[in-house]
Amino acid sequence: MTVDSPGPGTSPRSPTGAHMSSAREGGGADGSRIVNSLCGMCATHCPIQVEVREGRAVWLQGNPNDRTMGTSLCARGAAGLTLEDDDERPRQPMIRVGARGAGQWRPVGWDEALDYVAGKLAEAIGRHGSRTVALSDRGGHFADLTRRFLRALGSPNYFDHDSSCASNAHHAARSLFGLGRAGLSYDIKETRHIVLYGRNLVESLMVKEVKDFIGALGKGARCTYIDPRVSLTACKATRYWQIRPATDYALNLAIIHEVLADGLYDRKFVARWVSGMDYLAEAVRGCTPEWQEAHTGIPAAELRAFVREIAEDAPNVIFHGGWMTARHRQSFYVSRTAYILNVLMGAIEVPGGVVLAKGPADLGRKGLNRLTAGMPEVREERVDGAGRRLPHIDPAAGLLHRLFAAMECGAPYPITAYVAYRHDPLTGAPDPEAVKRALDRLDLLVAIDVNYSETAWYSDVILPETTYLERGGIIATLPGPKPAFAIRDQALAPRFDTRPAWWIFREVLRRLGLGGRFDFDGIEDIWRHQLEGTGVTLDDLRAKGVVPLAERPVLFDREDGLRFPTPSGTIEMRSAVLDKAGLPSLAPFAAPAELDEGEFRLLFGRTAVHTHGQTMNNPLLHDMRPDNPVWMHPDRAAALGIADGDAVEISRGGTAVVTTVEVTPLIHPEAVFLFHGYGRTVPAQTRACGRGVADQRLQTGMLHTFDPAGGGSAMTETIVRVRRIEVPE
Amino acid sequence: MSTFVLVHESEDCIGCQACEVHCKTNKGLGAGPAPCKIVAVGPVAAAPAPRVRFVFLPCFHCADAACLNACPTGAVRRRDADGIVFIEASVCIGCKSCIVACPWGAAQWDPETRKAVKCDLCKDRLDAGLQPACVTKCVTGCLSLSKAAALPDDRRRRHAAALAAGIGG
Repeated sequence: MTVDSPGPGTSPRSPTGAHMSSAREGGGADGSRIVNSLCGMCATHCPIQVEVREGRAVWLQGNPNDRTMGTSLCARGAAGLTLEDDDERPRQPMIRVGARGAGQWRPVGWDEALDYVAGKLAEAIGRHGSRTVALSDRGGHFADLTRRFLRALGSPNYFDHDSSCASNAHHAARSLFGLGRAGLSYDIKETRHIVLYGRNLVESLMVKEVKDFIGALGKGARCTYIDPRVSLTACKATRYWQIRPATDYALNLAIIHEVLADGLYDRKFVARWVSGMDYLAEAVRGCTPEWQEAHTGIPAAELRAFVREIAEDAPNVIFHGGWMTARHRQSFYVSRTAYILNVLMGAIEVPGGVVLAKGPADLGRKGLNRLTAGMPEVREERVDGAGRRLPHIDPAAGLLHRLFAAMECGAPYPITAYVAYRHDPLTGAPDPEAVKRALDRLDLLVAIDVNYSETAWYSDVILPETTYLERGGIIATLPGPKPAFAIRDQALAPRFDTRPAWWIFREVLRRLGLGGRFDFDGIEDIWRHQLEGTGVTLDDLRAKGVVPLAERPVLFDREDGLRFPTPSGTIEMRSAVLDKAGLPSLAPFAAPAELDEGEFRLLFGRTAVHTHGQTMNNPLLHDMRPDNPVWMHPDRAAALGIADGDAVEISRGGTAVVTTVEVTPLIHPEAVFLFHGYGRTVPAQTRACGRGVADQRLQTGMLHTFDPAGGGSAMTETIVRVRRIEVPE
Repeated sequence: MSTFVLVHESEDCIGCQACEVHCKTNKGLGAGPAPCKIVAVGPVAAAPAPRVRFVFLPCFHCADAACLNACPTGAVRRRDADGIVFIEASVCIGCKSCIVACPWGAAQWDPETRKAVKCDLCKDRLDAGLQPACVTKCVTGCLSLSKAAALPDDRRRRHAAALAAGIGG
């Protein structure tokens, strides 16, 4: 069987090459050529250029056709070359022969693997109906493909990973504006003041965003950074508040209280677009700066000074709604109040504020033809109830932990087959042992992945996907003030017996007799379908990699040009959708549980050289940061007789892990901190296996603890105990 | 002596270490050797926000280069035209004299080739009219390649502009 996508060297290209050797343009004298693509080292998918010589990628850089991107690339992006060269990834399809997770595999050919998967799917669908199949991926730019696959199957059960990431921010934005998180963009470049609630944009790094951030600071912008941990973003801020963990909602209620009390809000904008101001005033009654100080530890006077300052800088200010907000059971309200503060400051659709993301239709242009278009809608209720039983939860995203709940108890109906596509819930979701208890109920668990993820190792079948340099991907729309189309073109022939995802999905459907629902001959065929009628040609897109649909950022008219698709058409301080769900639009603040001596709240975060658990085994990135000591405040360490560098045991319930301690004032005394992604258990990843400790493993019993309004997991409510131990030898 | 200088603006640096990977992948290096390195000093607590200082340490291409003086085989060389100090790998015997001699830790051991390796300012790229890998792909643009003689004037201009804009001083 052959891969139907175009092989290297078969497509016309006219690279810009300005930052590479000019001799190499269009296939240089040394035989090199440049392919425009999208990075795959994290889900940001930055536009990149790949220089290929003699069938090997020799140079990766940002794609300067995207002016903000330029030729920049982060450490992970650069390490794509070592991912390509690494042999420690699945190299052919594998079917499990031992117990789940035992690591006993039979390497098989694609025909056998696909026949096996299709046979099991047919059996499951025959017994329980199509809805018994669920799939999860990481959402984002390419989810149109996975949604098409599920729709072709007739299952409603698509899930992205957001319940352990942005779910609370996403639903907060929806409840207020009627637009999801991605419907709003931040004009960081032009801002005068950006407020970040643990949005660690220096280390949870997206190249274009951090460039804009550093650029804005260079022009004198202010940054207020709020986090119990000193991240590197805190070190770039003009004000840092080491807030007590899980009290950020109290802080925001008090900020709103002051803004309303002092009349510092944009009356004109509020009068034009906002409903429910009475509800807002009632919700913050009594939430004075002094009241919040008792919870957050942030001095009332400092809060007052901040409010004066931000009002001075308004409307060119940003209260960041957050990204990774699966933190505690009021994180939804933290995001919601942050979004509300943007509204009060009039920072909507202004330079340096929150700008509505535009799609092609907003510019009077035709968008990409969706892959799901023309496919019959699936009427079946989702297994997690999103959109119906849970009217406030976006059915396009779902709640992954509710999928696991349904898997485990077979209600409201059985889920017996699950495909994890480039998604590793055993790393991303809380409490992997609880996730495994759900997975154990499945008749079929398939992992489609480039890496040996924890979930792949636990699956029945691994279908190895080609790396992002070895495959073409569906064309993506990048919404924003200046929307664009972007393409991932194939740069290299696959090193191993791997296949691109679109091919895998097509072949499964063909075997189920559903080939007519995904009848594309190759990726070029898909691209032509997507682009038809858009006015952008495939040649042009391939030649540039990114094609903007507007000359310059588009701002709508703030008087008459804004549209908020809430039930009332206004920005709803009191949300009709939340009312319908029986949930408060702004709940009273709930103070976090008190800790006793020896107890800590377990916090986690990111470093700029790793992507979650995805890059831990990358030869270069592993070498840069191979493990993760736990951070502890000196006062707490002293009380427990712990010194810097000591071995400690971190435990919760029956789970315990051992690591070394880094004693540092950079973490709030009530918390300990770990970088996420470590503690891999897959022996085939020889570098990363057993190095460092996994924070999710300590989140025992937390899989089904989540914010009811936003659906995000409450990971930082995990309370652990820490004690010094003697290390043998 | 080298006419070039790699300029690093710590204010604009985010310590992302991308430069280290850009350098290593361009030179085909695996785990271990890092011809350039970002060293973080801090973070340290400060009001109103903590601060960290990032120090960028490639090779300074010294006029009186300890590595070159120490090399017994003539593998460490200097280009006459621009003073770049580099290692000719075919002549390196892996004695590590340069690594011991360099006061800045610039020369690195490559366990794969069992030879020394160091920053050569990507002289092949310079010769092709390109910038060093670290400069080309720096995330924030905090790295740049300058001529040593021009640097003071660049700094003066920037300082003057900042004064005029009221954000320096």
